[in-house]
Amino acid sequence: MEGAIATAFDGAYGKIGGRTFLEIANEVCKKALAVICIGTCSSYGGVQAAKPNPGGYKGVGEALGIKTVNIPGCPPNPVNFVGTVVNYLLLGKLPDLDEVGRPLFAYGKTIHDLCPRRSHFENDEFVKEFGSKEAEMGYCLYKMGCKGPDTYNNCPVVKFNEGTGWPIGAGHPCIGCSEPNFWDKMAPFFVASK
Amino acid sequence: MAERINIDPITRIEGHLRIEVEIENGKVKNAWSSGQMFRGLEIILRGRDPRDAPLITQRSCGVCTLVHYLASVRAVEDAVKVQIPPNARIIRNLLHGSQFQHDHIVHFYHLHALDWVDIVSALKADPQKTAALADNVSNAPWGGTVYYKQVQQRLKTFVESGQLGPFNNGYWGHPAYQLPPEANLMAAAHYIEALRLQAKAAKMHAIFGAKNPHLQSLVVGGVTCVQDLTPDRIAEFLYLWKETQDFIKNVYIPDVLVVAGFYKDWGKIGGTTNFLAWGDFPESEKEPDSLFMPRGVIMKRDLKAVKMAEQDKVVESVAHAWYKGSDALHPYKGVTEPEHGDYDPNKKYSWFKAPRYEGEPCEVGPLARVLVAYAYGKKEIKEVVDDVLKKLSLPVEALFSTLGRTAARAIETLVIGQAMERWIMELVENLKKGDKKTYQSWQMPDKAQGIGLNDVPRGSLGHWIEIEGGKIKNYQYVVPSTWNLGPRCGKGKPGPVEEALIGTPVADPKRPIEILRTVHSFDPCIACGVHVVDPDSNQVYEIKVI
Ligand code: SF4
Repeated sequence: MEGAIATAFDGAYGKIGGRTFLEIANEVCKKALAVICIGTCSSYGGVQAAKPNPGGYKGVGEALGIKTVNIPGCPPNPVNFVGTVVNYLLLGKLPDLDEVGRPLFAYGKTIHDLCPRRSHFENDEFVKEFGSKEAEMGYCLYKMGCKGPDTYNNCPVVKFNEGTGWPIGAGHPCIGCSEPNFWDKMAPFFVASK
Repeated sequence: MAERINIDPITRIEGHLRIEVEIENGKVKNAWSSGQMFRGLEIILRGRDPRDAPLITQRSCGVCTLVHYLASVRAVEDAVKVQIPPNARIIRNLLHGSQFQHDHIVHFYHLHALDWVDIVSALKADPQKTAALADNVSNAPWGGTVYYKQVQQRLKTFVESGQLGPFNNGYWGHPAYQLPPEANLMAAAHYIEALRLQAKAAKMHAIFGAKNPHLQSLVVGGVTCVQDLTPDRIAEFLYLWKETQDFIKNVYIPDVLVVAGFYKDWGKIGGTTNFLAWGDFPESEKEPDSLFMPRGVIMKRDLKAVKMAEQDKVVESVAHAWYKGSDALHPYKGVTEPEHGDYDPNKKYSWFKAPRYEGEPCEVGPLARVLVAYAYGKKEIKEVVDDVLKKLSLPVEALFSTLGRTAARAIETLVIGQAMERWIMELVENLKKGDKKTYQSWQMPDKAQGIGLNDVPRGSLGHWIEIEGGKIKNYQYVVPSTWNLGPRCGKGKPGPVEEALIGTPVADPKRPIEILRTVHSFDPCIACGVHVVDPDSNQVYEIKVI
């Protein structure tokens, strides 16, 4: 499943062919062997579910009251989706999940645990302004608001677009995009978490 | 007797769109365009940290993933009054240029081509003749009889399995398809090659922008990717750029010319009247003067009267949109108070507001940009436009059409792509001089207003922000698809797509491919069933297209 589901006003905020997302998802998901949610929107509601959530948007699991396998991320890493499907094809079962439905093989560790800048964190070497000497030297982005310590995902290892880049590699703090309700829980993004 | 047909959803686009048309004597008499989704991001933005706005608005769409990010960061920069360093400007232009290359290739091959190219007819093609045709018209790096035999075999397997995959449920065999089998086979092969190419093109974003979709390296004041300003990263970018630009030059442009040659009558169908471009790609600090794609507005198709476009002349009307009231307000005063009602073309029928410039609807996008640049006599654009028109033996007037829109998209991809090489070299020169500055610090004001005007693959995009107490007080954005696909305004004037559809011939109301051609030519950014309603019998035919 892709995308969040509008639930306010009987789902009127989102329609395809005159039918609400809610109606369509209810019909389709109930027949499925397993429901895999790809992306933070279908997993947990995503950006449109951020406060005050005008459309009453919800992740698929919550909107339909079913258990789903969640591959969150904004964007989700295709490697994690393919890994989940291959797991099913080869072993005949879904991978082990954490308490918010994420496969442990991909979401078992935090960004902070896997981060190549971790030694700078331990040595108190922090970036305090973008474009600075410290930024050029690849110091830790914690003080710029990095949410790596609170975010479970494998971005530092698999990266994006066939290993071409990833946020902290590009000098930008992690925004925590694979965590439920991160738009509210992690914001403001450029302020260090306590 | 007028017949009404409803196409909902329109597919091969991003998002949820419904088009209703009334057909009389085989032609569209009236049309209504309706956005079918509301997410309320403008409401979500209120009260948040202005620095977070770019990250939130970026999620408006996963296709043109850079554009709201860029527009929003520019709006906040305008509010906090910070001038970004030249290196940051160049990197943003390079990321934006690669967005054009990526988006327009995907649009032509994967979203639009199947309106013109009959995949099933490709099975009847002679591979040897196809190879000869391809050699004659393009400089594609692949080809030959064996290659085309293999592509044809793949298509055959698809068709015989009954699972056409991405080619499922097209209007194959429709009389409106004009290409000979060989041209169809060549285009089908290029469709597959373009799939590979676009994944490579997306990597350009990942080099200076961390990832695609949803880049993550722009911040208010500049860019964060200072560690990527190294020879190896720049060379990686240059290599991907070259491969993409070669495809545009040697495959995309020749393919558009071949297809256009068989559909010249579409140079008279699907035109609109007014055109607006905010322009983009600043080549110095001086904006709008330094914009590579210039800013301007053309009214009533009068190219000679092209003039500078001013943001304060924009209002958005909610008279026919599912929002409270019927006002037409400037974005700074804009309110977003949703009020969903029934779909009623005489009253309210869309989640889109209706933007107007000096009270008039305006088409935005590739055609508007190319016309504005052409009207100003911009050399790079004029040369290519004149060359394309000459090769097709078509007059300038043919630009005001569905065909013109599709050609303009290819033309600007080539021209912008070419400019990127210069920008890369400019960056290299700066680095040689020891200038690695990528960020300018700034202070958050207590109260401020800011505007970000941009021109992005689908058209003119404006973001307006109001800051109070260091937080977002109001945020409005007027996006290309709202300009193009918006509903009627208070004065009852139809939006550009509604206007463009009027007069379109429809051979078979049950298979309205002609309507899809014009709607898709706007590259709507808004999924798979066509509902055709016959008002006499009240029968609803359901036909799926992709
Ligand atoms: S950059 Fe972020 S994830 Fe990496 S070490 Fe610092 S805080 Fe942890």
